[in-house]
Amino acid sequence: MAAPVISVRGLKTRFGAQVVHDGVDLDVQKGEVIGLVGGSGTGKSVLLREIVGLMDPSAGTIQVLGQDTARLSERERLSLQARWGMLFQDGALFSSLTVLENIKVPLKEHTALPPDLVDEIAQVKVAMVGLAPDAGSKYPSQLSGGMRKRAGLARALALDPEILFLDEPTAGLDPIGAAAFDELIGSLQKSLGLTVFMVTHDLDSLYAICDRIAVLVDKKLVIGTIDELLRQDHPWIRDYFHGPRGRAANAAKGS
Amino acid sequence: MQTGTITSAWEENQFVLAAAGRWDIASAERLGPQLRNRGPDRKGVPVCLDLSGLTALDTAGALLLDRLIRRLREQGHVVAVVGARADLCALLKDVQRAAAGVASRHQVTVEKGPAFPLADQIGRATIGIWHEMLSMLNFLGLVTVTALRLLREPQRIRLKPLFFHLEQVGLNSLPIVGLLSFLIGIVLAYQGADQLRRFGAEIYVVNLLGIGVLREIGILMTSIIVAGRSGSAFTAQIGTMKVNQEVDAMRTLGLDPVEMLVLPRMLALIIALPLVGFFANVVALAGGAVMAYAYLDINFVQFARQLQVAVSTTTLFVGLVKAPIFAAVIALVGCYQGLRVSGSAESVGLLTTRSVVVSIFLVIVLDAAFSVLFSYIGI
Ligand SMILES: Nc1ncnc2c1ncn2[C@@H]1O[C@H](COP(=O)(O)OP(=O)(O)O)[C@@H](O)[C@H]1O
Ligand SMILES: [Mg+2]
Repeated sequence: MAAPVISVRGLKTRFGAQVVHDGVDLDVQKGEVIGLVGGSGTGKSVLLREIVGLMDPSAGTIQVLGQDTARLSERERLSLQARWGMLFQDGALFSSLTVLENIKVPLKEHTALPPDLVDEIAQVKVAMVGLAPDAGSKYPSQLSGGMRKRAGLARALALDPEILFLDEPTAGLDPIGAAAFDELIGSLQKSLGLTVFMVTHDLDSLYAICDRIAVLVDKKLVIGTIDELLRQDHPWIRDYFHGPRGRAANAAKGS
Repeated sequence: MQTGTITSAWEENQFVLAAAGRWDIASAERLGPQLRNRGPDRKGVPVCLDLSGLTALDTAGALLLDRLIRRLREQGHVVAVVGARADLCALLKDVQRAAAGVASRHQVTVEKGPAFPLADQIGRATIGIWHEMLSMLNFLGLVTVTALRLLREPQRIRLKPLFFHLEQVGLNSLPIVGLLSFLIGIVLAYQGADQLRRFGAEIYVVNLLGIGVLREIGILMTSIIVAGRSGSAFTAQIGTMKVNQEVDAMRTLGLDPVEMLVLPRMLALIIALPLVGFFANVVALAGGAVMAYAYLDINFVQFARQLQVAVSTTTLFVGLVKAPIFAAVIALVGCYQGLRVSGSAESVGLLTTRSVVVSIFLVIVLDAAFSVLFSYIGI
């Protein structure tokens, strides 16, 4: 098997006396869509932030695209960061720039493409994430939550990254919007060959697009396909997948 | 990993363009110029775009291919795309669909600029200032109405934020106001002494200081420092709350932002500024006294005696009466600009700057107006 795109070994995170992760191991293969679930405050966002290098773990190693994120020089880190995109929970768009300008930021920063091509790439991204063309000239404060997420996704995809990190991409969207967003991520993933790592609470997303699921329980990860996890007898995992919502999502997928 | 390439050749009657390698954003920079004039030099020949050598494609690469195809078609060639791997072909189709929507709308007419840009700018700025003045007056009215309503139900005045802001704008500003006033006192005494010494009238330095500081300088300095310190803080605080939609949240909870945010700040400043101003007066006089002692051998008793002759309570009152009004203006401008913030972090910065500039401007204009008024009524 090829070397994993993301590889985490023995990761520990502590905030003072509070232990958030205690020995997390994870391998994500190229082209895989992996969903991270777990109760609120179990450290999903923290794990994501550690993988993308926004936070340092207390112990353990993280390799992304074959490079140890803790041992990079500033230059190497920047060029590695151009190879992944991150969608923050509420978009985290630059509030003083329009949507198009937001998308152009990484393009201008990391490439030397001529302005007209940059312009067209940005507009194509706006169209590809399903935003109306006139949304491109709007400021983030003029967009709805769902549109901000799409714009954030367009910015994350600006450089055609190899890995896409998503933090609760469908939280706060209406069910139809959430389903459309799942479909969008699924189709972008297929056409661009992305590896997707997403934190989500949305069981429908898990059933719709995830190849494998990582569950954060007892400060560790339990990883498997849905069918494997359905057979697990850890109480939290059982409640999660066999609870009323889990059953509904399962039934919806079966139909 | 070989980078993307493009080669062209004639094969019988058709022109064959072969794209090979990785057509991705890293190659796009190099490929862009190579594609510019590529194509048959005759009109109307069939062009075959051979993608069988493509190993990877991303959106940027697909867009380049799409541009190439579009340009060739516009030039009247028939373009056939052959040999693309299924997944790459799907991406190319996706991008073509997305780009079609963009391209059809691309020829937006560029608005013609005004004939006299400078006149246009001045005109716009003037109208902008006029509108801002009107809406600030409007805001003054709103605050006044809210304040009057609150007077009828004084139990609704929020004491906790009031005391919090009193501490912030009053107590915490004492060190900087004190330091600057002391230095101003020293400078005034020194400059005055230099001139008056020529006439042997050194003692009148005390008159100069007393009247200058109490009537004008003390309060003016304090107001300017407070505008820079607290007016800007008001704008930034309220503006950030605006960005986080906290102000909207307040409204939906049935809380009046003017009552919650503006009035406590305004009231605190109206109470604090006269007190801080009085403190500044005392410290500036002390600075002058120290200078007079060191430089002119006027001891503190002489200084105090001369001061008593030179100034009356009216002098002090004439200075201090301006303080609450300046305070109201600074708070009004600070809060008004804060509430005007819209959505972006940049507008917080912009309006904070404007808040300081406008409030200092208004304070100085009002001070001049007061001078005219006082001389008119003879005090
Ligand atoms: N910067 C921080 N300092 C201290 N504790 C933190 C910090 N960030 C997160 N935490 C704690 O770590 C835990 C996990 O947080 P988070 O990853 O945001 O949870 P979630 O799984 O809901 O995304 C929480 O208990 C939170 O209080
Ligand atoms: Mg979270």
